[in-house]
Amino acid sequence: MTDIPPPSHPPRRFGQRVREALLGYAFLAPALIAMAAFAYYPLTQLVSLSLHRETRFGTNSVWVGPQQLIDTLTGEDFREGVMHSGLFMVYTVPLGLILGVLLAVSAHRRLRGIRIYQMIFSSTVATSVAVAAVIFITLVNPVVGYFKDVAWLSLNNPDTALFSVSLSSVWQNLGLTFIVILASLQAIPEELNEAATLDGFSAPRRFFRITVPLISPALMFLAVVLVIQALQAYAQIELLTNGGPGSSTETLLFKIADPRGIRSVGVKASMSIGLFALTAIVAAMQFGLLSKRVHYGD
Amino acid sequence: MATESSNPDQPVIKASQAGDGKTGAVGGVRRATAVDETTKRGDSRVLRGAKTAGWHLLLLALSLLVLFPIYMLLLKAISAPLAYLAAGQPLTPVNPEWDVFSRAWNGANLSSAMALSAIVTLLIVAAQLLTSVLGAYAFAFLEFPFKKVMFVIVVATLLLPIEVTLIANIRTIRDLGWLNSVPGLTLPFVATAFGIFLIRQGFLGIPKDLRDAATLDGYGHMRFLFRVAVPLSKPVIGSFLVISFLGAWNQYVWPRNATDSRSWQTAQIALRTLTTERIDELNLAYAGAVIVAIPLILLLIFFQRQMVRGLTAGAVKG
Repeated sequence: MTDIPPPSHPPRRFGQRVREALLGYAFLAPALIAMAAFAYYPLTQLVSLSLHRETRFGTNSVWVGPQQLIDTLTGEDFREGVMHSGLFMVYTVPLGLILGVLLAVSAHRRLRGIRIYQMIFSSTVATSVAVAAVIFITLVNPVVGYFKDVAWLSLNNPDTALFSVSLSSVWQNLGLTFIVILASLQAIPEELNEAATLDGFSAPRRFFRITVPLISPALMFLAVVLVIQALQAYAQIELLTNGGPGSSTETLLFKIADPRGIRSVGVKASMSIGLFALTAIVAAMQFGLLSKRVHYGD
Repeated sequence: MATESSNPDQPVIKASQAGDGKTGAVGGVRRATAVDETTKRGDSRVLRGAKTAGWHLLLLALSLLVLFPIYMLLLKAISAPLAYLAAGQPLTPVNPEWDVFSRAWNGANLSSAMALSAIVTLLIVAAQLLTSVLGAYAFAFLEFPFKKVMFVIVVATLLLPIEVTLIANIRTIRDLGWLNSVPGLTLPFVATAFGIFLIRQGFLGIPKDLRDAATLDGYGHMRFLFRVAVPLSKPVIGSFLVISFLGAWNQYVWPRNATDSRSWQTAQIALRTLTTERIDELNLAYAGAVIVAIPLILLLIFFQRQMVRGLTAGAVKG
C-alpha cells in the first residue's frame, strides 16, 4: 500500500447511508435466509432432537433431557466412530502428503514430455469419491478384486479393512495434492536454489531447508483439506464395506448417515453434535496452525 | 483464515505461469549455466543422460501407480465379469464386450441419473454464484449496521457442513414433502460461506481509486458491481465456479439420504445401485464409473488453467 491516505469520502447525507444499508441487507438476504434455514435452524433442531427420545414407530417423542446426549457421547458406539475417523486421518493424511510431494517434486523439472506426466498425475481429480470407490472395488473387493488375496489389503479382515478403504481416498486425492504442491513449487524463485547450490548445499539439504519451508503453507492447506475429508468420509465406506466386517469400518459420519436404521434419531442427533464439536476442533487447529509455524514468505 | 491477506488468487496465477511462459525461458538460460558449472567439475554427458533416464524411470513408475487403478477399471468394464475371474484375472481383456457402456447408459438408468445430476449441479452452481457475488459485494463495498456480526454469522457456517446438519435437514425436507425432488436436492446448497469469502477477497483487491472514479462517473452500486467488480474478478469467480461445480457434481451423502426412489437418483447414487446388482453384471458399474467421470475429465481437459487455479485457490496464504 502507498503512503498516500485514501481520498476521504465527502460527508454523505443520512438518506444516502440508509439507502446503502438497505442495499447491503438486500444483497445479503438470499445467503442469510438460506443459511438460517439449512445451517442454523438444523443446529437448533439437532439439540432438540438430542433431548428427545422418539417412541416406537416414530409417532411421538418424549423429553428425556441431556441424558441421551451424555449417554451417546460417552458410549462405546460413539467412541468407536471417533476412533475410526481418527484412524482414517492417520491412514490418509501423512501418506497423501508424502505421495503428493513425491509426485510434485518428481514432475517439477525440465524434461521432455513432462507435461504428459503432469497430466497423468493430475488425472485423479476427475474422479469423485464414489467413482474412486468403484475403482477400488476392482482392486480390493474380496470376491472380484485384483488384489483380493493380498492379506494386508483384505476387506474381510477387521484389522485391515479400514486401511484398505482409506487407500481409495489416498489415491483419489493424489491429483489434488499434486496440483497444489506443484503450483507451490513453481512459485519458489529459481535463484534461491541456485544460490544455495553455489553455497555448497547438498540436494537433500536444499530440499529440507528451502523447499519444505517454502511449500509449508500448501502442505498445511492440504493437511486441513485431507483431515476434513477424512472426517466426512462416507461413500467409499458404503460402497466398499458398508461399515463391515462387523463395525470395523464404521466412521462417525457413517454411523450418523447409515440408512439401515440401527440407531434412533435421538442418538444420531447426539452423534451429530459430537461431529460438530470435532469439526470445530479441527477448524480451531487449522486457525492456530495457520497463524504460526508456517513460513509465509514476506 | 486471515481476512487481511490480499487476493488469494493472485500468487497462484503467477505460480502456474512460472512453469511455462517466458519466465521459464529465462530460467532455462540460467540452468544452462548451472549445468556448465557441473560439467566443469567433470560430469560427462553420459552421466547427464543417465540422470535424465533415471528421472524418466521414476516418473514412469509413478505414472503406473496413478494409472493402474484406472486401467483396472477400464479392463474390468469391458471384460465379462465371470469369464474374467475364471481366467485368473489377467492384465488383458477377456471376451471384450464393447457395448457395456451403451448398456450402462441406456439400461441401467444412468442416462436419466446423469441428466438429473446435470440439472441439480447447474442449479446449485448458478444459485451459489448469485448469492456469493451479492454477499461478497455487500461485505466488500457497502457499509451497514451489524456488518461484522453478519460476517461472523456467514463464516461460522463453515462449521456446519451438510454432514453435521444431515439428520435435521433431512427431517426438514421430509416434512416439506421434498424427498425425491429438485428443491430437496438443491435448496440446502444455494449459499456458501466459502464462495462469499473467496469472491469478497477478489473484490477487496480492486483499487479504491477505481471505485471513487466510478462514483464520480455517476455509477451506482449495481452498475459498478456488474460493469467493474465482476469483470475485474473473473479469475476468482472462475476458481469459485470450478470448486462449486466439483462439489455439486460429486455430492453423495445428501442425495443418498434425500432420495429413496430409483428415478430420483443422481449419477453418484446410481453408481452405488449398480454395484449392488448381480456379480455377473458388475461390469455395468465399472462402465458407469467411467461415464460418471466424463464431465470432470472434459472439465480437466478444457479448463485446465481454471481447474488448477480453483483447486489451489485456498492454498496460498491461507
